[in-house]
Amino acid sequence: MSMDLDPDEVFRDDEDDPESEFYKERDATKELLVYLVDASPKMFSTTCPTDDEKTATHFQLSINCIAQSLRTQIINRSYDEVAICFFNTREKKNLQDLSGVYVFNVPEREDLDRPTARLIKEFDRIEERFDKEIGSKYGIVPGSRENSLYNALWVAQALLRKGSAKIADKRMLLFTNEDDPFGNLKGVIKVDMMRTTLQRAKDAQDLGIAIELLPLSRPDDEFNVSLFYTDLLGLEGDDLAQFKALVGERFEDLKDQLRKRMFKKRRVRRLRFVIFNGLSIELNTYALIRPTNPGTITWLDSMTNLPLTTERSFICADTAAIIQEPVKRFQSYKNENVMFSVDELSEVKRVSTGHLRLLGFKPLSCLKDYHNLKPATFAFPSDEEMIGSTCLFVALHRSMVRLKRFAVAFYGNSSHPQLVALVAQDEITTPSGQVEPPGMHLIYLPYSDDIRHVEELHTDPNSVPHATDDQIKKASALVRRIDLKDFSVCQFANPALQRHYAVLQALALDEDEMPEIKDETLPDEEGMARPGIVKALEEFKLSVYGENYEEDDAKTDGKAEPSRKRKANAMKEYSNYDWSDLADNGKLKDLTVVELKYYLAAHNIPVTGKKEALISRILTHMGK
Amino acid sequence: MARNKEAVVLVIDVGPSMHSVLPEIEKVCSLLIQKKLIFSRYDEVGFVLFGTADTKNELTEEVGGYEHVTVLRNIKVVDEDLVDALQNLPRGNIPGDFLDAIVVGMDMLIKKFGQTNKGKKRLCLITNAISPIKDPFEGTKGDQVNTIATQMAAQGMKMDCVIVRMKQDLETNMRVMKENDVLLSVFSNKSSSKVVYVENPTSLLGALRTRNISPVTIYRGDFEISSQLKIKVWVYKKTSEEKFPTLKKYSEKAPPTDKFATHEIKVDYEYKSIEDPNKVVPPEQRIKGFRYGPQVVPISSAEWEAVKFNPEKSVKLLGFTDASNIMRHYYLKDVNIFIAEPGNKMAILALSALARAMKEMNKVAIVRCVWRQGQGNVVVGVLTPSVSDEDNTPDSFYFNILPFAEDVREFQFPSFSNLPSSMQPNEKQQEAADKLVQMLDLAPTGKQEILPPDFTTNPVLERYYRYLDLKSKHPDAAVPPLDETLRKITEPDVELLSRNKSIIEEFRRSFELKENPKLKKSTRRIMKERPSGSDGEGEEFDKDADAKAIDSIGYSSKDKVEKIGDINPVKDFEEMMSRRDNPRWISKAIQDMKNKTFDLVENSCEGDTYDKALECLVALRRGCILEQEPKQFNDFLCHLYKFCQEKDLRSFCQYLASHGMNLITKTEAPDSEIPEHEARSFMVKPEPDSQNVESEAKAEDDIMSIFLGGK
Repeated sequence: MSMDLDPDEVFRDDEDDPESEFYKERDATKELLVYLVDASPKMFSTTCPTDDEKTATHFQLSINCIAQSLRTQIINRSYDEVAICFFNTREKKNLQDLSGVYVFNVPEREDLDRPTARLIKEFDRIEERFDKEIGSKYGIVPGSRENSLYNALWVAQALLRKGSAKIADKRMLLFTNEDDPFGNLKGVIKVDMMRTTLQRAKDAQDLGIAIELLPLSRPDDEFNVSLFYTDLLGLEGDDLAQFKALVGERFEDLKDQLRKRMFKKRRVRRLRFVIFNGLSIELNTYALIRPTNPGTITWLDSMTNLPLTTERSFICADTAAIIQEPVKRFQSYKNENVMFSVDELSEVKRVSTGHLRLLGFKPLSCLKDYHNLKPATFAFPSDEEMIGSTCLFVALHRSMVRLKRFAVAFYGNSSHPQLVALVAQDEITTPSGQVEPPGMHLIYLPYSDDIRHVEELHTDPNSVPHATDDQIKKASALVRRIDLKDFSVCQFANPALQRHYAVLQALALDEDEMPEIKDETLPDEEGMARPGIVKALEEFKLSVYGENYEEDDAKTDGKAEPSRKRKANAMKEYSNYDWSDLADNGKLKDLTVVELKYYLAAHNIPVTGKKEALISRILTHMGK
Repeated sequence: MARNKEAVVLVIDVGPSMHSVLPEIEKVCSLLIQKKLIFSRYDEVGFVLFGTADTKNELTEEVGGYEHVTVLRNIKVVDEDLVDALQNLPRGNIPGDFLDAIVVGMDMLIKKFGQTNKGKKRLCLITNAISPIKDPFEGTKGDQVNTIATQMAAQGMKMDCVIVRMKQDLETNMRVMKENDVLLSVFSNKSSSKVVYVENPTSLLGALRTRNISPVTIYRGDFEISSQLKIKVWVYKKTSEEKFPTLKKYSEKAPPTDKFATHEIKVDYEYKSIEDPNKVVPPEQRIKGFRYGPQVVPISSAEWEAVKFNPEKSVKLLGFTDASNIMRHYYLKDVNIFIAEPGNKMAILALSALARAMKEMNKVAIVRCVWRQGQGNVVVGVLTPSVSDEDNTPDSFYFNILPFAEDVREFQFPSFSNLPSSMQPNEKQQEAADKLVQMLDLAPTGKQEILPPDFTTNPVLERYYRYLDLKSKHPDAAVPPLDETLRKITEPDVELLSRNKSIIEEFRRSFELKENPKLKKSTRRIMKERPSGSDGEGEEFDKDADAKAIDSIGYSSKDKVEKIGDINPVKDFEEMMSRRDNPRWISKAIQDMKNKTFDLVENSCEGDTYDKALECLVALRRGCILEQEPKQFNDFLCHLYKFCQEKDLRSFCQYLASHGMNLITKTEAPDSEIPEHEARSFMVKPEPDSQNVESEAKAEDDIMSIFLGGK
């Protein structure tokens, strides 16, 4: 912890910083995850069409998704540990030396461990190496007592014995397209092998390990979960009803579904939603959207590349004495220091009882586009503690969706009490699964203190122009032309982040070449050059700017004037110096910053920065 | 005059009809002064009351008229006394003439600053504007207001009018009120004035801007529709959180006699090597390391500059899309506003045309923005049109940042329609919910919206500044409770609730909520978070849960097994092992069971306890496999075996062997270091077998090492 201290960050007041708590998810538990991938010939023979008229196998699909999730994980949750384990393999590699099971790993890493750059890199190449090094083979065949599924569960369980079940969340994710693994067997052997396998699964579950199944299937060949896996997973009633096989006409659909199901939901917190005094329901909140930032900086000793510990000390400005963490704070006010204890400050912030308190409802039109400060939080009801919560929530949710209204509530958390809008979101599904889950989004509303009235700066008593009907018509035509039909939020990867991690990965693996990252956020130049769009653009331009767009563009009555004047002045002053001579004799440093800027301004070079920066910029420009 | 320094004249109506809201006006005005004292120490303030019995202003002396307008304070730099003065406004007894008061305020500003300080001179008028203004000597009231507004604009003055009309005011003279409203609207049309109406004290607190932050553009330049068409825009922040003030840490070290002590604390950082904690590493020897999984990759700043993502400063359109494609909850951060470059008529028209077209078609624009050169990242966001109703305000766009693919977590949730019927509301319940959502209305038609964000002040900040002032007078004062007006922000409106009493009762009756009896009490404790001042009715739930939580910590565990007794040790052991309230029960159970077994063996008389000891061992063995603690059992069995060999209890070893008791093998528990064949040989062959000396010796070794290691 102390290692990550960065002076810039610490200057913010720790207990007054609501951001830290808000953006940091609760990491009470870490996740230990074993991917169990069926590598039987059936996984290789079943295919689904991809976009580029090729086909992909279920096996490719599975490893593709795992590769992707490893990438996400190393960025977002690198403390989670992961193991990749194939079963129904020709070769075996596992601690128990059981046949048909191959635990994939790379050097400098335990089998179940945090993902590393090397793991990601080598796993990307697994497909080309698979047949040679690991191989595919049916593991449960008549006439043999081998049971590869049993072995796989066993190996996975043994991997997961690391760490206590109380602090770690343990999961196995089983990828298979075989709904009846013992279908080839008969009689006592079949019964016996099924029984032992189920017992193995049950033992694992008793140890607090969750087994999840990602059943791959084709539209014409449904995965029948009741043949075997209902028992293995212990599915009953509602769980069974909700259990659906992953089916997709296209590879992309399947991949989408698979990716979504691989995530484990992490609750941010449990909330009490007070409808009225004495009537509260229980909600779980989730952070579905949070900005991902490049990880924190760790300071290293440049000599040894070993991490440094940061020690913070408090020094009295008056006496230079070192003091313990002070408990009192003060604000200068009316020429004196008004003192507050930390308790008093937190009491000031405690303006409400209860977590989330309903105040009333408003039509959705009252929620303006500028009523926003930070990412929304998703709320879903839970009956875990209060039976009946879900029913009440669903009723309110339906009414709010139907009546197009949102709820206003006061969220009285201790660090940052705030008004929130609860916006009911109806479920949206597509063939590739759920796109928007049903529930309510908590949108944090600004206070009047947080809203700025910028428009007023631009008011003009003599009235400002508004577009004519013709101009609006031309604009409409343009808007219609440049239409992003299938736009979905988050279709772009963050180029800065991708670059950041690509560079890190290359450096971590000592690669010389820096990877190129495609910036998906750039406009589609080609598309914009289509004649229809160009025509609409020209018509709009003509309608607003008339024939003289270029001239008008250059001439603006606002700020351009003074800066041009400044430039002219700089040009005048510039000629008073013999710059080359000054530079050669190292006398640039004797000039003032203002004088140095004459040179920079005259040559249209940026004029910002410290004196040294200015000088070096001038020298660079002179080529010296 | 400093760049952001402003001069404000507060013009406050203290006439009889205003008395009921004066306490709130006192609060909001003193907050304005307080914030100036803290954040803009050199701002200047004057203040004028009207509706007073007395008259005191320069205009009345110079030209006559302007009665019942009192200049309480001429324009000067804010000072401490002003806060107190504003907290005790005198009550007037004459219905005031707001126009007279405005003119007096303007006169003060003109006399003090003349033509200078354009845009930094502000009048704040607070009145209910229900009393008629006097007829002018010549022309109409309208003409007069026109002249004044034009003059105001010419002088570069702004005016904020807060018109406070409570319910009772609305029943008075409608004709006068309408007339006044029309006159006031002239100000907002002809000058840089804003008129807001508030209907309740809570909104009043939010209606007056108490802090003067001059907006700064975050971008000025082209909005590129394409390479052929670029519109000049300015981008500002539209929302930005006003944070709780950062208080300085207080040092008590300075002697009390030191009058000049700052009492401030400096924070100093030292970087120390992890190998040698005594070695301080100078800051310039540090290098930044970035985490990548478990690795930390060192990169110098220069290196990083060379490889980092470095997009060009620009704002580019990606395209337009249906507004319905962008869900409201995707808005990621605070909001910006795009306005055309001022004075650039073409740019204003171009934005206006786009905004109006998009609004008509219900479209939004997706744009990619790099605000500054060298900012190192891009943002993709959505522009939503904001079409102005006013002639003097240009059309603009709000800009919200959208998430990237990395920022979204696609958690899956069950469909409501798939929920079991017990979780689905029935018709009656749905009806009750419909009524509630409709009737518990915070935006009733024809009335003002309750708690609109634009007029709702931050209760925490409000409370802090009041407490600050209180503490400056009484250093030991406790935090006063939230007052009635601020409580309206954090709690439902009592009046609204009582108006809808029957609907609420119906709703209560329709839904049955009960605590889950099956839930383990301990988990209930975990989710508890104690809200403050829990004395409300709504806290029953909490208190209840609390009491139970305390209960669960251990006072009521009579029914739970805490030790292994003599009567049924196996059952006690199993129950203890299955306790999940605390992980230590498992180790306690194992330890107790070992002791129990040992006692049984040690105290046996001619094998009378062997069967019971075996039962215990079997249970212990099963438990240790289940909990993945094979070493615990294996060590114990070795220990027991050795003990029996030494104490002449070999018969017990034979008894165990005959009942197939052996060590836990690697196959049974992966943690075990005992291969299968060695486990079996352990009990069966107490004497070294000549043929198997080597393996036996090895097994012996293993056992010994386990034994020693276990100690």
